[in-house]
Amino acid sequence: MIITQHKTPLNHEQIRADFPILKGTNRGKPLVYLDSASSAQKPHQVIEAISHFYTHDYANIHRGIYELSTRSTRLYEDTREQVKDFIHAASAQEIVFVRGTTEAINLVAQSFGRTRWQAGDEVILSEMEHHANIVPWHMLREQTGIVLRVIPVLDTGELDMTAYQTLLSPRTKLVSVTHASNVLGVINPVKQITELAHAIGAAVLIDGAQAVPHLPVNVQDIGCDFYVFSSHKCYGPTGVGVLYAKQPLLDSMPPWQGGGDMIETVSFTQVSYAKGPQKFEAGTPDIASVIGFSAAMHYLQHIGFPFITTHEQALLRYAESQLMTVPGLRILGTAHPKVGVVSFVVDGIHPHDLGTVLDDEGIAVRAGHHCAMPLMERFKVPATVRASFGLYNTTDDVDALVSGILAATRLFS
Amino acid sequence: MSLRELYQEMIVDHGKHPRNVGKPETATHCQVGHNPLCGDKLCLYVTERNGTVENVHFEGSGCAISVASASLMTEAVKGKTVDAVRDMFAGFHQLVTEGKEPATDMGKLLIFAGVMEYPARVKCATLAWHTLNAALNNDLRDVCTE
Repeated sequence: MIITQHKTPLNHEQIRADFPILKGTNRGKPLVYLDSASSAQKPHQVIEAISHFYTHDYANIHRGIYELSTRSTRLYEDTREQVKDFIHAASAQEIVFVRGTTEAINLVAQSFGRTRWQAGDEVILSEMEHHANIVPWHMLREQTGIVLRVIPVLDTGELDMTAYQTLLSPRTKLVSVTHASNVLGVINPVKQITELAHAIGAAVLIDGAQAVPHLPVNVQDIGCDFYVFSSHKCYGPTGVGVLYAKQPLLDSMPPWQGGGDMIETVSFTQVSYAKGPQKFEAGTPDIASVIGFSAAMHYLQHIGFPFITTHEQALLRYAESQLMTVPGLRILGTAHPKVGVVSFVVDGIHPHDLGTVLDDEGIAVRAGHHCAMPLMERFKVPATVRASFGLYNTTDDVDALVSGILAATRLFS
Repeated sequence: MSLRELYQEMIVDHGKHPRNVGKPETATHCQVGHNPLCGDKLCLYVTERNGTVENVHFEGSGCAISVASASLMTEAVKGKTVDAVRDMFAGFHQLVTEGKEPATDMGKLLIFAGVMEYPARVKCATLAWHTLNAALNNDLRDVCTE
């Protein structure tokens, strides 16, 4: 495993220098990357780990009897252990590698939900959910007749916890909510949400896609039954994500995709399935991305969440104070705590037009509905501009953003 | 300079003060179009008689490009035959995707040549035209440029 570690005390300039793409351009201008909530850029340590793996250690996993394959398998399975430590799960047997957060939620819907719920059973979502945590449940509703209930979002951007408690009922089978909103940045009280759900016998899934890159996650402390997140938002490669599921649940769930590697024996009349997380990992996985993901977790753990959260929270506060100086600019969701995500609208300028002006200045933000159409509807906006911070962003990036927005207000005045 | 080309004065003006907005009594076709990617949505009201597009009006909201394009389209197609409008649609599409001036006389619409540099905005510019085309084809489905 090749990881070049920084010496303490950590120097932010050196950390930023780890990300080669930040020396590049967007529309011929120096890149100002403010779209990490969509996907994070990668440090050279992750890029090199993947390249090193393909050069020295690559073979298919679990099957070969030669030493190279044993090496490859060990690197893959060591990463499973590493994920268990990263999110403080009880056992590596509770970690399933999937393609990403979206696939993880679909897996739970089809393997856990489809096989044990009936028409009229209820799943509670929230108004702030990403489509990945809405559409799989909608599809399950079409298949089985389950009912979806929705926790409203307050004007502050917080979940209406009073309304949540009235939605919980003996018919509730699952509460599935996001840990942090990809639009508002607001961090939800997931431990409290879980306790209330468990009190009435419902299971809980937490979508951690926007939380894991920014704050330390302890799934045992939260108490949730399922926790899902993606590598590519954590400075790792695309193509891999994690479904954490408590062991008794995972063991009780039928397989989701069939094929090699998730079986014990196969004949044309009978198939017996593998035990543990392997039961949900059919076929050859994105092995190199799992190894790259390992390098990303090492990178984060070396920098440490105290440094990351201090840096990002300071940047968020700076961004909010600077954005509020722009006439006609409104930030969606004022509640804290938040991760470093800010969505806003500007009077008289459509988000798509604002995004294009910023694009022209080299600034990468997201303009649109952010895969959260119900939330856009709730705040009565067609779309927003979203700036989101990664650990490599600086106050210079915020200044560039504000300057770009002001240029847009002059263009459209 | 490409941003200046994209957001030149006429486009910004039509985006802020679109022409031919409203729902006329005379409309013979009504068609909805939307671009879910950025929330542009419009309703076109076409008044067609004997193979000629007498008038087009619209209602809706969206980004400056989509609104300006709809506004300038309503001016450009007024009084043209349905066949001529179809030629303009093809010409406009070529203009915004390739940046080349088509054979058809596009008049003021040439100002949209700058859209080509911003591929993400092509669907904004063509929304009104796709919607008009669907209306003239009596396509009853909503138009979506996603």
